[in-house]
Amino acid sequence: MAEPIIVVRNLSKAFPGVQALRDVQFDLYPGEVHTLVGENGAGKSTLMKILSGVYQRDSGEILINGKPAEINNPRAAQRLGISIIHQELNLMNHLSAAQNIFIGREPRRSGGFLLDEKAINAKAKELFDMLHVDLDPRVKVGELTIAKQQMVEIVKALSFNARVLIMDEPTSPLNDTEVEELFDIIRHLRSQGVGIIYISHRMDELFRISDRITVLRDGQYMGTHRASETDLDQIISLMVGRKIDETARRVPKGKPGEVLLEVRNLNRGRLVKDVGFTVRKGEILGFAGLMGAGRTEVARAVFGADPVDSGEIYIRGRKVVIHHPRDAAKHGIGYLSEDRKRYGLAVGMPLVDNICMTDLPTFMNALGVLRPKKMQEASSEQVEALSIKTPSLLQKVKFLSGGNQQKVVVAKWLVKNCDVLFFDEPTRGIDVGAKQEIYQLLNELASLGKAVVMISSELPEILRMSDRVVVMCEGRITGELDGATATEEAVMKLATQRETMVKTA
Amino acid sequence: MANKSNAAAVTSPAKMASRARGVSARQKLLAFSSLVLLIIVFSILSPNFFQPYNLIAIMLATAVNGVLAVGVTFVIITGGIDLSVGTMMTFTAVMAAQTVAVWNLPVIVGVLVALLVGTICGLASGVMVAKFRIPPFIATLGMNMLTKGLSLIIANSKPIYFTNAPSFSKISMGTMFPFLENFQIPNAVIILFVLAILASFVLNNTILGRYTFAIGSNEEAVRLSGINTDRWKIAVYGVNGLICGIAGILIASRLNSAQPGLGQGYELDAIAAAVIGGTSLSGGEGTILGTIIGAFIMSTLTNGLRILSVPQEWQIVTTGIIIIFAVYMDMLRKRR
Repeated sequence: MAEPIIVVRNLSKAFPGVQALRDVQFDLYPGEVHTLVGENGAGKSTLMKILSGVYQRDSGEILINGKPAEINNPRAAQRLGISIIHQELNLMNHLSAAQNIFIGREPRRSGGFLLDEKAINAKAKELFDMLHVDLDPRVKVGELTIAKQQMVEIVKALSFNARVLIMDEPTSPLNDTEVEELFDIIRHLRSQGVGIIYISHRMDELFRISDRITVLRDGQYMGTHRASETDLDQIISLMVGRKIDETARRVPKGKPGEVLLEVRNLNRGRLVKDVGFTVRKGEILGFAGLMGAGRTEVARAVFGADPVDSGEIYIRGRKVVIHHPRDAAKHGIGYLSEDRKRYGLAVGMPLVDNICMTDLPTFMNALGVLRPKKMQEASSEQVEALSIKTPSLLQKVKFLSGGNQQKVVVAKWLVKNCDVLFFDEPTRGIDVGAKQEIYQLLNELASLGKAVVMISSELPEILRMSDRVVVMCEGRITGELDGATATEEAVMKLATQRETMVKTA
Repeated sequence: MANKSNAAAVTSPAKMASRARGVSARQKLLAFSSLVLLIIVFSILSPNFFQPYNLIAIMLATAVNGVLAVGVTFVIITGGIDLSVGTMMTFTAVMAAQTVAVWNLPVIVGVLVALLVGTICGLASGVMVAKFRIPPFIATLGMNMLTKGLSLIIANSKPIYFTNAPSFSKISMGTMFPFLENFQIPNAVIILFVLAILASFVLNNTILGRYTFAIGSNEEAVRLSGINTDRWKIAVYGVNGLICGIAGILIASRLNSAQPGLGQGYELDAIAAAVIGGTSLSGGEGTILGTIIGAFIMSTLTNGLRILSVPQEWQIVTTGIIIIFAVYMDMLRKRR
């Protein structure tokens, strides 16, 4: 095998109060995909930030092409041929694709004083063609899909003649087709001899794309394995230090009860077509499908967040009209959006305020003054019921773990006595340990007699959690499966059953 | 979120680009057609409106606010704000007057002093914002009070008149085109247009302009691209300060004096002009042409209402409504 591009020996890095990395080892060969896994806080990002010049190491050694290297800033990393694609894309939405790619090294004319827009676009086009990316360099980046934006980032990274490409959770915002396209590009780059460091939380991807896998836990090096010589169980047990049975199915406790929510003939343009389903008390209903299948749209329509063209909604057999999320909440329907921080929580505010936020009027006295004691009582009840781990009710939500933040969002709805809870991708971007917490939470909610609807794009999760699985494709429900007997193949088949195919069949 | 972006994927990039261009073009067209509409309406309502002397009056009234608005547009595009442009302008005027009228130095020295003082104040705001991480709103509010106080101290709270230098007033009020007999455009107006063209060129064709937009669009991304964003932000505030110096010279020359109590409130007019012209307060978007149109909308409105004998109080109310409407249009555009 060739010489490694990067060798990291005994790398340590501390931040005030935390040892982020302790004696970490890592190496990367040209033409390989080396995946880095670990729970949130395991030190993956710190290691990547050291390699890309954002942080400086405390001790240890970094060899680039066999020579000791100092990576003092992002520029130095670029000069050494190391480029990073951050999880949160770092693009300027108001600038064109070409302008984004060449930011900081714009081609000039007139003695270096003026920008050369023609040259910039031509150069970008050349790069796009080389990678078979179909993009107009003059398009403003803000107008592109996330997947295309990512392509711009990758092209930008490679335009530095990068020989090492670090990708931090590149697939989390992508749908399955887009993931395939990305993997094609990764494979193409690998064949060109580029070394790729890949970070992902999606366990199913790990073995599809990796050549080697390195595990970090709490800043410590847990070992490196060839992907062909290990399996998911081993990797997960290295990550969390305990074996988690990722595939165990949920065992429903007792029979599901009465029908809490029934939706009939729901329509909304091309996004939701004639959708009908029921959810029972104490049941978890999984909504499976590819991204863009219309699952979120169904939830939002039921919740009154988007206007519908037609459709009927029954709560406990009684017909209700929902025009606004306010109506939905009144009828006991809660919707927990995918993006907790943006839509679900005021992260800078204390736990108690967040929990009581949706139902403040019940915590006021006649004069409209809030009664903190009552709020704290209600909150501590929820903290106990959901076993939210927090040092106090006054803790700011941003200091809680991802799993506990999710619980706070749930608590908000429970305070309002919601019986039907829609969870939209509840585990997206959450590490394995926290996922377990969420699964437990969903199970608990079901056993408390709530009706839980879980929208998820991760098939193992759907199969593991659901009593019943509803599968959608292009706005229609293409089938319903029993959770206990459903297989990934069966779900995928329904999820890709497009209308045109049905007709010809 | 993801679902939405996926749905958008159906449209081709080229189509989306043309749609984007259409939107921004429409916004510019909206501001411009509002200005044309105002002019037409006032021309119909009053025979005195569309007269050479009145058009010149409008342009002259636009000059100072227009210059300040051009400067503040740079800052707003970076995602910042500058509340000190009005008092900075006054401070540079006072310093120019001090140099010329009190110290008896040549007019050109006074001009250079004004430009230098403006630049230094701007750079100082920039350092506060970029290096000390003080929010622009607060940093420039401080600079507002600081320069206001200094103006009053230096001028001893009294106007300084350019009695010894009659040529100073020619800077604004003279004309480079004396041969246009009925349409003598004052230099102040010419200076505004020249500055606008220059500023527009800098924004669109130079590194400074590119980074101004880039920082406003996503500062972190620019920083991670290995660019010293602090330095460029300081530079942008410096440019704004320099432009305040130009405004200071214009206003001192026009009033033939430096009025130390003047200036407060000008910053809001300048910001309003930029916003009416489509500059986004969240950064990343804006044009000098838009800003100039915005400044003209404001002065045309004031002028027209005055000609129609609308009380001054109602003129202010109308301007307020126009600003709210303009920002609402901007919000509608973003929400699409």
